[in-house]
Amino acid sequence: MPLGLYLLQRLSALVMAPLVLVHLGVIIYAVRSGLDAESLLGRTRGSVAWGLVYGSFVLAVSIHAAIGIRTVLHEWLRLKGPALEALTWALGLGLLVLGFRAVFAVTLA
Amino acid sequence: MEAQAEHVTTGDEASVHVRVWRGDSGGGQWHIYRVPVRRNQTVLDVVTWIQQNPAPDLAYRFACRVGVCGSCAMTVNGEPRWTCRTHVNRVLRDGQLSIAPLRNLPVVRDLVCDMTPFFDRWSEAGGGFVPGIDRHRPLPAIAPDTLARRAADAAIECINCAVCYAACDVVAWKRDFLGPAALNRAWSLVNDERDRGNRERLRAVSGDAGCHNCHSQQNCTQYCPNLLDPAGSIAGLKRTVMRAVLKGEF
Ligand code: SF4
Ligand code: SF4
Ligand code: FES
Repeated sequence: MPLGLYLLQRLSALVMAPLVLVHLGVIIYAVRSGLDAESLLGRTRGSVAWGLVYGSFVLAVSIHAAIGIRTVLHEWLRLKGPALEALTWALGLGLLVLGFRAVFAVTLA
Repeated sequence: MEAQAEHVTTGDEASVHVRVWRGDSGGGQWHIYRVPVRRNQTVLDVVTWIQQNPAPDLAYRFACRVGVCGSCAMTVNGEPRWTCRTHVNRVLRDGQLSIAPLRNLPVVRDLVCDMTPFFDRWSEAGGGFVPGIDRHRPLPAIAPDTLARRAADAAIECINCAVCYAACDVVAWKRDFLGPAALNRAWSLVNDERDRGNRERLRAVSGDAGCHNCHSQQNCTQYCPNLLDPAGSIAGLKRTVMRAVLKGEF
């Protein structure tokens, strides 16, 4: 594994760790306070802060997961070279697109 | 099912049922031998008995017989071990023993592996000492209780048996991975105050096949017969590389 990817994976973990806690907190709060979808969206729509929180979460997850799965593909399926890099990028970008769709949906749409 | 060949040569005396893998790089099969039980018998004693009795053409490797030279490692009942210091009664399973060449290395013949890749990894990891002074200057005194000296001490007693290399799953999956022994060696040199090769060494151990591939699950540490901790050494390398990156030295 190239050193750069190793560092990127640690860095993305560092970003993710507090955000996972925030995300769990949000879930617990939303469920326990009985908020429905409408009132939730009412709070998140147009909110730059929630956009930034979940935007950076999605970015960190996409990087972290793509590098992790790259290792599995390399070790278990013996993929390497352009095939490995292409799949890694596809995974990372796929997660990024899916994630940002969700973030847009709750903050901007 | 694997083919088996049976060689039963002892009479009624107490014996162990031994399966030995025999073949070469093209493949092989298990051969069955019955080996008489002896007191304090080691796995190497069993192999030697087989070679001296029913199978004079059995290929295997040993030298010191006392756990110093590192040449006798084999796969015993599925696990890598130094055979000269592994007592049969400690590893018998249902009265049976299986003996095969080490994993992760090409087989030459029977129980003998080609150690070339193992030692290649050593040089690739910067395992050679790089001297900093010539013979005309006095050797610097190294205090025995510094952190670096103790870290070097902890890693230094490697006998190059390749047991850890055979135990490592990452080596099995990624053949160019430097592996536990070479990285453990690099760590002992990183902590050697007399050595001047650390800049290149840290580059070598942090390349694509380097220490960052290690999963830290410690098979190597679990199996090292000399009770070294290659996984700990690798963690040390990762920390050192990280520090170098943060200081902008990379
Ligand atoms: S801790 Fe690292 S070097 Fe040791 S067996 Fe596991 S992957 Fe291999
Ligand atoms: S670290 Fe231990 S298991 Fe690995 S080669 Fe050295 S002595 Fe053998
Ligand atoms: S024969 Fe030397 S270590 Fe076993």
